[in-house]
Amino acid sequence: MTDTSFNTLQRTDIHTSEAARERLAKRYRKEAQFKYLGMGAVGVAVLFLSLLLFTVVLNAYKAFSYNYVNLPVTLNQSDIDPDQTGDLEVIGKANFGKIAKNSMKELLPFASGRKQRRALYGLMTSDLGIQVRQAVLDDPSLIGTTASIPVQLDDVADLYFKGDITPLRSIDVTGEVSTNGVEGTIEITSSSNDFAIIADAVSAHLKAEAARFELRVAAKERSKSRLQDQISEMGIRIDGASAGDVERLQNSLATLKSDFETASVQTERDIKKIAELNERISAAGSSEAVPSQIASFILKLNGGAVKVTSLAGDKIIGDVLIPLENGNPAAANQWSLVTLEKPEDNRKLSDRSIVWLDHLEKQGLVERKFNSVFFSAGASREPEQAGILGAIMGSIYTMVVTLLLSFPVGVGAAIYLEEFAPKNWVTKWIEVNINNLAAVPSIVFGLLGLAVFLNLFGLPRSAPLVGGMVLALMTLPTIIIASRAALRSVPPSIREAALGIGASRLQTVTHHVLPLAMPGILTGTILGMAQALGETAPLLMIGMVAFIVDIPGGPLDPATVLPVQIFMWADFPEPAFQQKTSAAILVLLAFLVIMNALAVVLRKRFERRW
Amino acid sequence: MTFFSSDISVLFEQPLFWLLLIFFACYYVGKSRALSLVNNQSRDLHSLPSYHGAYLGLWAVLPALGAWLIWVIVTPRIIENAVSSKFSDVLAALSLPQREAFLRDALALAFDGISSSTDKTRIAAGELVQQLSSQANLVLLIALTVMVVAGAVFAFSQITPAKRTRHVVERICMVALVAASGIAVLTTAGIVLSLVFESLAFFRKVPFLDFLFGLHWSPQGAFEAAGASEAELAEAAKRNGEVFGAIPLLAGTMLITAIAITVAAPIGLLAAIYLSDYASARVRGYAKPMLELLAGIPTVVYGFFAALTVAPFIRNFFDWLSIHTDEWFGFVIPASSESALAAGVVMGIMIIPFVSSLSDDVLNAVPQSLRDGSSGLGATKSETIRYVVLPAALPGIVSALILAISRAIGETMIVVMAAGLAANLTVNPLEAVTTVTVQIVTLLVGDQAFDSAKTLAAFALGLMLFCVTLALNIFALHVVNKYREQYD
Amino acid sequence: MSAEIKPKMRGEKVSVHYGDKQALFDVDLDVVDRQVTALIGPSGCGKSTFLRCLNRMNDTIDICNVDGHITLDGRDIYHKDVDVVELRARVGMVFQKPNPFPKSIFENVAYGPRIHGFVRHKDEFEEIVATSLQRAGLWEEVKDRLDAPGTGLSGGQQQRLCIARAIAVNPEVILMDEPCSALDPIATAKVEELIDELRTNYTIVIVTHSMQQAARVSQRTAFFHLGYLVEEGNTDDIFTSPTDPRTQDYITGRIG
Repeated sequence: MTDTSFNTLQRTDIHTSEAARERLAKRYRKEAQFKYLGMGAVGVAVLFLSLLLFTVVLNAYKAFSYNYVNLPVTLNQSDIDPDQTGDLEVIGKANFGKIAKNSMKELLPFASGRKQRRALYGLMTSDLGIQVRQAVLDDPSLIGTTASIPVQLDDVADLYFKGDITPLRSIDVTGEVSTNGVEGTIEITSSSNDFAIIADAVSAHLKAEAARFELRVAAKERSKSRLQDQISEMGIRIDGASAGDVERLQNSLATLKSDFETASVQTERDIKKIAELNERISAAGSSEAVPSQIASFILKLNGGAVKVTSLAGDKIIGDVLIPLENGNPAAANQWSLVTLEKPEDNRKLSDRSIVWLDHLEKQGLVERKFNSVFFSAGASREPEQAGILGAIMGSIYTMVVTLLLSFPVGVGAAIYLEEFAPKNWVTKWIEVNINNLAAVPSIVFGLLGLAVFLNLFGLPRSAPLVGGMVLALMTLPTIIIASRAALRSVPPSIREAALGIGASRLQTVTHHVLPLAMPGILTGTILGMAQALGETAPLLMIGMVAFIVDIPGGPLDPATVLPVQIFMWADFPEPAFQQKTSAAILVLLAFLVIMNALAVVLRKRFERRW
Repeated sequence: MTFFSSDISVLFEQPLFWLLLIFFACYYVGKSRALSLVNNQSRDLHSLPSYHGAYLGLWAVLPALGAWLIWVIVTPRIIENAVSSKFSDVLAALSLPQREAFLRDALALAFDGISSSTDKTRIAAGELVQQLSSQANLVLLIALTVMVVAGAVFAFSQITPAKRTRHVVERICMVALVAASGIAVLTTAGIVLSLVFESLAFFRKVPFLDFLFGLHWSPQGAFEAAGASEAELAEAAKRNGEVFGAIPLLAGTMLITAIAITVAAPIGLLAAIYLSDYASARVRGYAKPMLELLAGIPTVVYGFFAALTVAPFIRNFFDWLSIHTDEWFGFVIPASSESALAAGVVMGIMIIPFVSSLSDDVLNAVPQSLRDGSSGLGATKSETIRYVVLPAALPGIVSALILAISRAIGETMIVVMAAGLAANLTVNPLEAVTTVTVQIVTLLVGDQAFDSAKTLAAFALGLMLFCVTLALNIFALHVVNKYREQYD
Repeated sequence: MSAEIKPKMRGEKVSVHYGDKQALFDVDLDVVDRQVTALIGPSGCGKSTFLRCLNRMNDTIDICNVDGHITLDGRDIYHKDVDVVELRARVGMVFQKPNPFPKSIFENVAYGPRIHGFVRHKDEFEEIVATSLQRAGLWEEVKDRLDAPGTGLSGGQQQRLCIARAIAVNPEVILMDEPCSALDPIATAKVEELIDELRTNYTIVIVTHSMQQAARVSQRTAFFHLGYLVEEGNTDDIFTSPTDPRTQDYITGRIG
């Protein structure tokens, strides 16, 4: 045991020398890096979660309210119930659609021509007549009066008031404007340079166009020179080619040449276009139309509204959307210029509709209310009439079936396996089976449901009964595993005590073990049910993805469920449906949070440590 | 449809409801009978009075319940066969899907009066169905009544003070418990059998090897044999073999899974390490429930997030990047709006909590004595973790990752909503790919005759999915168990 | 051997709390350089707690709070400038239950030098592993299977491997927390023999509840009881003529 030969171990300052300190500092740097890495990982996970919830909430909150128009409807007795029967059936048959549309016309009388009228009616829900009819049926005493009936706006109009169609910007004006008319196309001049901003916007658009063409020309020139090279190369190859190849190469050459020609023609056209654009840019003061690819400019004066359609020097020419009350000049504080930032081409609501909506709002007819339709209606293609009640009912029926099937079976299986089963290969195999079943992808359960429940047993498609059966099979392993853990945590002394006073094994379990294990079992069941509530894929397999308008009244009626409704809505292109999707997600998450909170409370309240 | 309905009053038309009512009535009768036999001295009874009640109730109800269940399953077949044989001349001219539609219409006409067509034979068939089912209902009613009465009378006569009703009732309970555990096995059997049978039907239409190794997937080009002759079937199989090649789906699934695991593995593992070894109790108290929340969010929500937020972001980002790369290097990086990257990243987010909670278990299973041993030698925390804990936990971590992979492979909604339908064979994460689960959903959502090559293909894909995930799970669980034993 | 006593480590008024519960009360104890100090006492008397204070292993327990001063070569090891990693490198520890890492024998021993970075080359590693194993008396048994996993050794071998692992770091003090409690008598004898040899190079503090072991291996003994240091001194003195009646009771088997 001598170690004189070994130096390293002889050095006494091995842990205190300067070199050791440097090594230590380096190690601590690595330590800190590692720690920050871990912190970053947690941060990223939390960031993802916040981002997800933020996206959903940001989209969702708007869907919980809706804009209504308190439409003054003239309800003439002669139009509705000429014989004064007072019979609701007779009243219900009246043409409320026409009555409501007439009221709309009265409200905005300047809509002329079929096209404008259609746009006018388009501001309101397509259910306009039905909603008026319902209001009258609810209160027949309205007949004979001009009643103010709240009706829904169209989804796009609703989005406008929620600020999702276009940003609005008011432009400061300083001059006095004068017009040459109150209707049709009019000219407006300003004493100050108020319209310069429009001219700037137009000229910026023209410049951007010119730049775009220039880029295109440059690209074309490049491809032209490449084609030129290829053509000369092809010429050389043809010279040296064998007789058999010549024809093929000639053909290629012809193609190349025609490509070159086409490119040249296009280039020339583009160059001309650029010249024209440049001329228009420099020729300030001449007449220039305001294109619909840029922001719209709306002038409001003398109680009317004018859309700027073109510029002519310092004058503007515009279409009157709402007639002016008079043709008097207006001072700077009496008129305003508003920009609809999003170009008319890129939005679903025309300038005219927006002006009309503003007009309705100015009259105090628009009211934002809680969106009760969302919670009381079934599915619909019209965003304003679509609700989640159908899906919620479907979910409830499905969950009831799932619970009724999976809870007794799951708990029964757990009791047998934990309390009675002999420990042999059969029970071992069942155990392995259950563990593996817990990890089978949910969609496979859907395939099982399709093949067995629908095709073999002939149960109806889209029914909550089948959905519940499929989800019950899916949650069964979860419940069995949780129940077994709960049963296992009851100490054997309890069983021995019961058996010792002469209870049968079944009595021991039902009277003593099961009640003590129940909180754990219920917690596991609730978590399993929460998982089932959010499940989508297997239900798609058994047809619960159908478009079902009616609210289901039982477990055999065709229905859909909340997550599937979310899935379907997410696919709809309308922005209103995107908001509804988010709102439905919030509702689903609320259910899940409640269920999980229940599980936590149950666990905390009845948790027992042995 | 006759047994459940929306109206509460219809409850009384339902055998199940009556049987339940009869059970409680008999329970009460049996209990009173037993007590009256011994003049309310229940100690003279071998079994408690409630057991006598349950004995009588079960004898009255159970046979009838069994009979009813059999009736429910068998009657529709009988009616269907009767209709098929009666209208065999009409049906012979129809193809299989048309035959099914015919029967559907007959049923719809019989029960709801709604149907897609109203031609005469169908109405006649509907009337036949109605007639047969009312006969069947009558038979059922008589049979159930007889069974209930006979069972109740027999059991009533059996009740004596010495009768060991407890044993009988408990045995029945045990049978019920065994049956409950049997359902789990039945489920597995049902999954395996249905997948295997439908897949076998599929492989009769499409050669197995063409399916497994085919490089081209476009099921809209599926081909149904015009007739049943050998040559026609072979022709159909050959053409289907060219459109049902599963390799692009497997490649797409693997690409998305790889992206997901690349996101989830480091984040999940590092988060688990940080939370178990570094974070203060307060931070842990906030961060852990957040991770659990992430795990509790339904996948359809992740799908929405992927489609609405992540996919457009990725697309816009690469569009923006392309402007610069084009300017500086002369090439662009095109990104699909249904890129594999979007679906993969979001799927990765979804399985972060899965990875982190499994890793947490595994890391905690490494005994404290090893950590002490290392820090007793002067190792820093990270050195202990990197050189001692992680190597010791490696088998567990690997199996946790395998379980996460299996989860990602089977995940459906995210890919259905965010990944594409085009079966591209590519490793470029910016292109759209499709996955096995997406194709299962696409093939089965919508109305198709059940035994067309397209729907059967979904089952073949399902079988593939089942086998792969099962193998991964069994392997991972095996590793985990072996590893647990090592430190117990 | 009283005049030349030079304390390698010194504890002054050391008190330890676990949360609300006090485990050690004002302990003053010197650890003499290149001697074996045995800490004895009944279970729960605080001897292990004191031992773990000496290289701040108690830091890993959140609720543990240490008051008083402990010095190593005159420097307070609880001072904020003292680096715990460096401290533990100088004051190594061997635990009650052998805890070899699930790595090869070679890697187990090379672990310390590797993390501390004072050895870089392969031949240096081989040298240090060989020397440490020789010093731990394990070399002859394992020299042909250095790549075999350390967990595959017998209990006694594992404990000597852990001692080799501690030696390889080149500590000045080695703390041993009941190193033989999990071992059979033959393995115990080997470890005791080893401790006696190590004393020439290292200062050793050993916790044991076998008084025979304390008598066999130590030069100095400290007797702890209910968190108090009752008596300390030369082992021979403690065992032959204890001054405190509690010590008397303990060594004659009346308490503990």
